[in-house]
Amino acid sequence: MFKIIHAEFLAPGIKRFVIEAPRIARKQKPGQFVILRIYDEGERIPVTIENSDPERGTVSIVVQAAGKTTNLLTSLNTGDSILDVVGPLGKPSEIANYGTAVVVGGGVGTAMAYPTAAALKRAGNRVISIVGARNKELVILEKEMREVSDAVMITTDDGSYADKGFVTDKLRQLIDNGTRIDLVVAIGPIVMMKAVAEVTRKEKIKTVVSLNPIMIDGTGMCGGCRVLIDGKSEFACVDGPEFDAHKVDFSVLVQRNSMYREAEQRSMAEYQQQVQKKKEEGEHACMATSGAREGEQR
Amino acid sequence: MSPASKSLNPLPPKERMKVPRQLMPEQEACARAHNFEEVNLGYSAELAQLEAKRCLECAKPTCTDQCPVGIDVKAFVEKIVIGDFLGAAAKIREANVLPAITGRVCPQEDQCEGSCLLSKKVKPLGIGYLERFVADYEQRMGTHVIPKVQPTGKKVAVVGSGPSGLTVAGDLIQKGHKVRVFEALHEIGGVLVYGIPEFRLPKQIVREQIDYMREMGVEFETDVVVGRTVTIDELMEEEGFDAVYIGTGAGLPQFMNIPGEHLNGVYSANEFLTRINLMKAYKFPTYDEPMLDLKGKSVAVIGGGNTALDGIRSALRLGAGKAYVIYRRSEAEMPARAEEAHHARQEGIDFQMLTAPVEFLDDGKGWLKGARCVRMELGEPDASGRRRPVPIKGSEFELPLSVAIMAIGTTANPIVQTTTPGLGTNKRGYIVASEETQRTTRKGVFAGGDIVTGAATVILAMGAGRRAANSIHEYLTTGAW
Repeated sequence: MFKIIHAEFLAPGIKRFVIEAPRIARKQKPGQFVILRIYDEGERIPVTIENSDPERGTVSIVVQAAGKTTNLLTSLNTGDSILDVVGPLGKPSEIANYGTAVVVGGGVGTAMAYPTAAALKRAGNRVISIVGARNKELVILEKEMREVSDAVMITTDDGSYADKGFVTDKLRQLIDNGTRIDLVVAIGPIVMMKAVAEVTRKEKIKTVVSLNPIMIDGTGMCGGCRVLIDGKSEFACVDGPEFDAHKVDFSVLVQRNSMYREAEQRSMAEYQQQVQKKKEEGEHACMATSGAREGEQR
Repeated sequence: MSPASKSLNPLPPKERMKVPRQLMPEQEACARAHNFEEVNLGYSAELAQLEAKRCLECAKPTCTDQCPVGIDVKAFVEKIVIGDFLGAAAKIREANVLPAITGRVCPQEDQCEGSCLLSKKVKPLGIGYLERFVADYEQRMGTHVIPKVQPTGKKVAVVGSGPSGLTVAGDLIQKGHKVRVFEALHEIGGVLVYGIPEFRLPKQIVREQIDYMREMGVEFETDVVVGRTVTIDELMEEEGFDAVYIGTGAGLPQFMNIPGEHLNGVYSANEFLTRINLMKAYKFPTYDEPMLDLKGKSVAVIGGGNTALDGIRSALRLGAGKAYVIYRRSEAEMPARAEEAHHARQEGIDFQMLTAPVEFLDDGKGWLKGARCVRMELGEPDASGRRRPVPIKGSEFELPLSVAIMAIGTTANPIVQTTTPGLGTNKRGYIVASEETQRTTRKGVFAGGDIVTGAATVILAMGAGRRAANSIHEYLTTGAW
């Protein structure tokens, strides 16, 4: 069991948890992730590590509610526990002094981009961060990104905060202004990473993306997370999650991530019904455990 | 005096040959093809005693020589003859800490039973069935003996809780060492829980064996990926382990590198089986891990080993309408156990031998719709000594499929090797370890099982574990390397 010692919403549906996990805290490096399972009947899902505190033995993770498991997760609070947390998984980001690095974080991906930006800064790079979100409420970690960046640019899809537009508009602008860029790191939704890759491909700027395929064990055993890199199958959990953006087949990633859409929708619908029922009954109960118990009776 | 005359077996040797090998009671094929309950039901005490009486009690038994962990077969079988089932279990436990598991999954036909003298004239003694019987009997009686041992003060870390790691842990705890087993997954048992399906090895059996080890004092820590969460060096230098055993098991699943392998619906056998066995996806939505709906669908497994048969028989139990085994050689070369192939045929699995896929076909939306296959014939023997399959020109055909499961082997998982300086590997990336002592190139570090040999069987991994336990004990008591 891994105890949650602090939980807070960073934005609607996006929650940060500080978890007691001394072994992971000691070893975590930027670019790595954990896999967790909330309760006995739960699935295993990969989750972003924001940072860790080796002295306190804690790891901070950031989760966005999307399906059943992430909704259950974001319903947990300080004092609750997560049954299994394993990691840190994946290869760490390759940190070096490249010169000028542009770090692009889209939505909840900003949480994973943040430690990489910080490490690039520490390594002596000039770091320009571009943070994108759908709207003002969903912009996360702005303060943290400012602390580790020489400049931060923010875009929202609807223009409700900072500049209206997409992260690629800002990247384009930098390139058009003649800014020398030695490295781009882009972490966020697949469409965003693909768009960034298209912009930098023409300019021949080294670009790294962090891929998020469906995963089970996270140690290379199952092969479920295979991605097509330069026409060859690689495993995101042991060969990645970071890959050369210009070699990634993003359409295969999108297609493979849709494999269980029907089942995911069914799980989510049943979960919402349970939540609704609980609300009507006026009970205050931890959904993570009561949901599981109801499941067993079916 | 001849051995038979002081035997406790009431049957004269000549009569023993006349008793037929007692059949294993099993679930009807038509029923079991639709459930995950165990196929074999186990001998009754009467059947076990009758079968045990067939043993010829050879003066020089070859069965023990052929057993990777060296079980004294003759001695335990004699105890069954006289009805001392707990004594029989204790006899097995001297050599094997997981009898309820090996009694179910060992390829006995290639080992103990393969060398049984009876098999020269009639069917061999049912040694595996008898082992299973006494292990289950012992479990039912709940009379595990917890051996009392003098603590040595030494600490051993075991990396991986599969069959070889569990064997090392079970052996070393009985020699008085402290043992802690690290497991990457959330459940203990390695391939026994993520790979081998319920219908061949019920997970309750695995849990019981592990509970027994806990009672003996073995500590388990799950959710630790050694190499990532903690390194071998940290275990030895900072956590005070005097020796480490690496038994991380089968590695990364292989693919054929043919077009269409990335399509939705194409699985590695490891993923397919892990979803079903470890994550209980067949109980979706009670369990959250999803699985594609296989009801009425055509499913094929590519490969001819035990993993391939476990995969396709699981698919059948999930409701597959057509279930194929596609294997590029003939049935004679299939590495799977004969009993499993026999069971699979009974259940209605369609064996497409001397056939290989050359391309997986896209339905236009990124989903698998079939495989283009080619028929093969056997040519000259290759490096493995088996006749090489050669494609027959013009024999290509299309097989409609919704799901394909790739079970064509694994390559070495690199995580431990790449994070442990000085640990020698061979050119295929497996850890180099002595065949006698399981010592690696690093002092105090031992390795065995699939991470040394490449994919093999549960019992071979246990054999390596047994050798490793002996040599770890020697190292810890003498300090000599």
